[in-house]
Amino acid sequence: MDQVIQVKDLRKDFKSHSSRPGLKGAFRDLFNRNYSIISAVKDISFEVKQGEMVGYIGENGAGKSTSIKMLTGILTPTDGTVTVNGMNPHKEREKFVSSIGVVFGQRSQLWWDIAVQESFKLLKKVYNVSDEDYEAHMTHVIDSLDIGPLLDKPVRKLSLGQRMRCELAAALLHNPPLLFLDEPTIGLDVLVKLKIRNFLKEINEKYKTTILLTTHDLTDIEALCERVIMLDEGQIIYDGKLANLRSNWGEGKQIEFQFAEEVTKDELSPLMKELDAEWTASERKNVWVANVVNEEHVISEVIGRVVAAHRITDVKIHEISTEEIIRNIYEEGVVDGKIY
Amino acid sequence: MAKYIEMIRIRFLMMLAYRTNYYSGILIYSINIGAYYFLWSAIYGDKGEIEGLSVIQMTTYIAVAWMARAFYFNNIDREIAQEIKEGKVAVEFIRPYHYLTMKTMQGLGEGIFRLGFFSVPGMIIVSLIFPINFSAALSTWLFFMVSIIFSFIVNTQINLLTGVMTFFFFNNDGLIRAKRVVIDLFSGLLLPISFYPVWAQSVMDFLPFKAISYIPSMIFTDGFSRNEVWDALLFQFVWALILIIPIQVLWIIAKRQLIVQGG
Ligand SMILES: Nc1ncnc2c1ncn2[C@@H]1O[C@H](COP(=O)(O)OP(=O)(O)OP(=O)(O)O)[C@@H](O)[C@H]1O
Ligand SMILES: [Mg+2]
Repeated sequence: MDQVIQVKDLRKDFKSHSSRPGLKGAFRDLFNRNYSIISAVKDISFEVKQGEMVGYIGENGAGKSTSIKMLTGILTPTDGTVTVNGMNPHKEREKFVSSIGVVFGQRSQLWWDIAVQESFKLLKKVYNVSDEDYEAHMTHVIDSLDIGPLLDKPVRKLSLGQRMRCELAAALLHNPPLLFLDEPTIGLDVLVKLKIRNFLKEINEKYKTTILLTTHDLTDIEALCERVIMLDEGQIIYDGKLANLRSNWGEGKQIEFQFAEEVTKDELSPLMKELDAEWTASERKNVWVANVVNEEHVISEVIGRVVAAHRITDVKIHEISTEEIIRNIYEEGVVDGKIY
Repeated sequence: MAKYIEMIRIRFLMMLAYRTNYYSGILIYSINIGAYYFLWSAIYGDKGEIEGLSVIQMTTYIAVAWMARAFYFNNIDREIAQEIKEGKVAVEFIRPYHYLTMKTMQGLGEGIFRLGFFSVPGMIIVSLIFPINFSAALSTWLFFMVSIIFSFIVNTQINLLTGVMTFFFFNNDGLIRAKRVVIDLFSGLLLPISFYPVWAQSVMDFLPFKAISYIPSMIFTDGFSRNEVWDALLFQFVWALILIIPIQVLWIIAKRQLIVQGG
């Protein structure tokens, strides 16, 4: 079983009721209600291999959570087929759900009023995990996520970051070969994020766990995923290597100069003659940015000419960040001029 | 099976986490029993018996009806409705267990907790204050125990049914409240069914509600003859079976058209 997830022409339509305004409208709504069909996911197809870590990204409302709910069998698709771990998520429910782990960053799966370890004990019984397996696996998980001291506290007394680490541990209690994470790092501080990322990398290497991850924090994706699937209004607009996305879009570099005295665009522009480059003023005083193509001789030439002509106090070279690339794509809704 | 039993234990822990509810519960139940005791004493006046029940039997009926209620009563309809509204069912659907069975187990955990820590001590206290007649016959106690297990089953099934309706109506607070009133009235908690007009009694024969409170309380007070006891238990058993059907049907339809809110 090489393909862990196979999705073909998957579609989900929601019937959405709209309310008429006012009291009169409310009475009319009693007898016949207006509704419109919203297609949250429109005929998407993709496959994921075992051991892959895939970033599933897109704007708010793009349909990410809806797809995950169909992949985990919570929602019934309107159309199309889903095969996960070789099973149809809607048939063989109990066997299927034992083979996946899910974390919804937005809602807790632990029992609110009881200590974390009691929740773990219940899940251990629910997933039928033997004592030896539990010991061997969870001791390590609890250690790496550093949640040992939290185990005897009720969930409602934990902070968001503490809770999220416990949620992750709970989702992995039965050591599933496939993990769905819907915004697992939402609202977490940098250190906790780092801990979670390292942990995910580690289990991916150790057990070849396949991970499908949605997040709005692109640094998560950069740190973890080689492959991204980008969704826009229910359609896949990019499916491929994150690196390719960068090389298609992020060709240029930005050289930021901090000048010792005031300069004007008229003074600077002549320096760029015959070069593929352009100046933009920065918000900061006496700082100008040269946008250039990513070629050695252009970069050296620009720096050489500027330094020769003016006194400068600082130079920085930036690559265009993934965030900027993604922002551009979201704004235009296409990648590289074509819709995938 | 182990997972369902573990759930009962978890529910115990949850009940312990909210001990204050438990103390206020004792107070409310005592007030209810006391109020009905004085009400019925006034109604009886110096009449020996009404509808075949003596005043002592009546007091016993009221006391045991409330104590049994502590066992069969649960709020799982409200919990299910809330979990549906908040989108928490999503989590329940990714667990390898049957959601409704798990809910039933939670109800059972709650029931056993209250039976042990509330009904039994409560009954002892009540019997010290009010004249209550405990049956000497072992068979009465056995029948009573079987009967309150059925009470729990039937009441829980009705709760599951009301809870699952949330999938279809979304906001069914009204339905849940109506159900509560109907059960308090028609189950025989406030008034034995034999006190109702004859036509109402025959309607009640075709409804499951008297299986919840009237039957176990009548058994406990020795208000039934041996034959009537067997008929009553059969009545409970048949309803427990019948109610499985609408629950299963609704559940299957609900799963198919489940919409999870938010996320
Ligand atoms: N129960 C529902 N009824 C009607 N429409 C819905 C429902 N759930 C989601 N939608 C619609 O489907 C679309 C996709 O929603 P979804 O939750 O999948 O977005 P998302 O990509 O997860 O967004 P976010 O990043 O904000 O979490 C949205 O336009 C949303 O309004
Ligand atoms: Mg979402």
